Amino acid sequence: MNAFVTGAFDTEVGELPGSSCMGLHAQAAIGAVADAGLKLPDIDGVLCAYSFTEPHLMLASVFCEYLGIHPGYSAAVQAGGASACIMIMQAAALVASGQCEHVLVVTGDNRLTGMSRDGAVAALAEVGHPQFERPFGISVPASYALVAQHYMHETGVTSEQLAAIAVEHRRHAGRHPKAHKREPITVEQVLASKMIATPLHMLDCCLISDGGAAVVVSSRAAARDCRGTPIEILGAGQGHTHEHIIAAPNLDDFGCKASSKAAFGRAGVACADIDVAEIYDSFTITLAVELESIGFFERGEAGIAAERGDLGLGGRLPCNTHGGLLSYGHSGAAGGMFHAVEAVHQLRGRAGARQVDGARLAFVHGDGGILSAHCSLVFGAH
Amino acid sequence: MNRPLPRPTAETKPFWEGCASGVLRFQSCALCGTVQRIPRSLCAACQSDALAWHQSSGLGRVLSHTTVHRAPTPAFRGEVPYVIALIDMDEGFRLMANVADATAAPVGIGSRVQIGFREIDGVALPQAKVCP
Repeated sequence: MNAFVTGAFDTEVGELPGSSCMGLHAQAAIGAVADAGLKLPDIDGVLCAYSFTEPHLMLASVFCEYLGIHPGYSAAVQAGGASACIMIMQAAALVASGQCEHVLVVTGDNRLTGMSRDGAVAALAEVGHPQFERPFGISVPASYALVAQHYMHETGVTSEQLAAIAVEHRRHAGRHPKAHKREPITVEQVLASKMIATPLHMLDCCLISDGGAAVVVSSRAAARDCRGTPIEILGAGQGHTHEHIIAAPNLDDFGCKASSKAAFGRAGVACADIDVAEIYDSFTITLAVELESIGFFERGEAGIAAERGDLGLGGRLPCNTHGGLLSYGHSGAAGGMFHAVEAVHQLRGRAGARQVDGARLAFVHGDGGILSAHCSLVFGAH
Repeated sequence: MNRPLPRPTAETKPFWEGCASGVLRFQSCALCGTVQRIPRSLCAACQSDALAWHQSSGLGRVLSHTTVHRAPTPAFRGEVPYVIALIDMDEGFRLMANVADATAAPVGIGSRVQIGFREIDGVALPQAKVCP
């Protein structure tokens, strides 16, 4: 696609008292630009997403003002958990078309310390349809629970098998010094954790964290000016089927099927070629249906695969090697960006104890809404 | 924080007026015949604005369900645990509704349900009951 990730950075993540949305943005941005070996004036494009704690109609303008930069292109993208991947796809288009040389894609939010847990849950509930969902007490976990209940009924997958996904994520996070939650958990602990919306327990759900993350996307020519090892964006694709779960065409297959097909097609690769996958995991069920819709596993097989260790380091498809949203952290739009940053670490061979041996091809995926908006990326070591 | 209640728009008014008078309504496209999943202003299949209203039998089948234990807002705290179901209605539209007396007659995927109405703060909301 003639676009390269030349810089990547993630801030501390977890409970960060005194942090702010814009402060985390700035820290992530400065880190990513430095990682690329660039200076802030080299950045001629900026993409931001959204914020829970400092919401604004023009978040990218607010950020540029905060940091004191004046790029030739600046815009905000809002597509929930798909935002990070969609922004990277957009940045790739901007550099490939010659409109920019170095696009900074930056996210961050202090969702944990900047708002109450109730506030975070209530803000998320507003994504429900105002007339046909919210009056019935829908929440994001309850919407995913509807998908999970249907999935378990159709496939015979058990709560234990979904819990195995959470357990493997915690094992991954244990190898990441910055992860929000690192202490190991067991299937029994997942099942004993508080029921949120049947069949999803607290430990089937992602964390709420403070944190920020950013990448720099550069054109082929401009990537040569960068210090960091460039990672090529080989393919990208999106899939959109609905926003509200009541309007989903069905509860079996989602837009990740189309988005991954497009991304694989553009990259000229297939599922079997992928060395490491970083896939949006807002709930255990989210990852299960994505892994299957995308084609990494057969329908009903993801949970069994997790029990077998297929998603672990050294497994058939090491997945969410940083610990994902379930254990590394979830800071709004930065949650999805952590997946992209981890893919860059893996392809540069800089993932430390969690390094996938010889990782050359990574798949990154974001999901916004209730499996509503999807964006897939294929990254390659250069 | 108050419980979120529907604020009818021009295109959804007939639906909510129907609920208030104990009638469940749905739309189909007069041009292509597509039954609309939820009330809309344009046909989801052909974008025609020729959408006709019909009266539903109120009978449907549960596509999925969940029992909510963690309320999304304080307004629902007094109701937990409560059941939310996605229901495929016999006429081909879809409804989200709470299930009444779910402890007495447990709801399952595929359960037949009858839609009735429950008034909250002067607004009639559809409510499902498992058929005996």
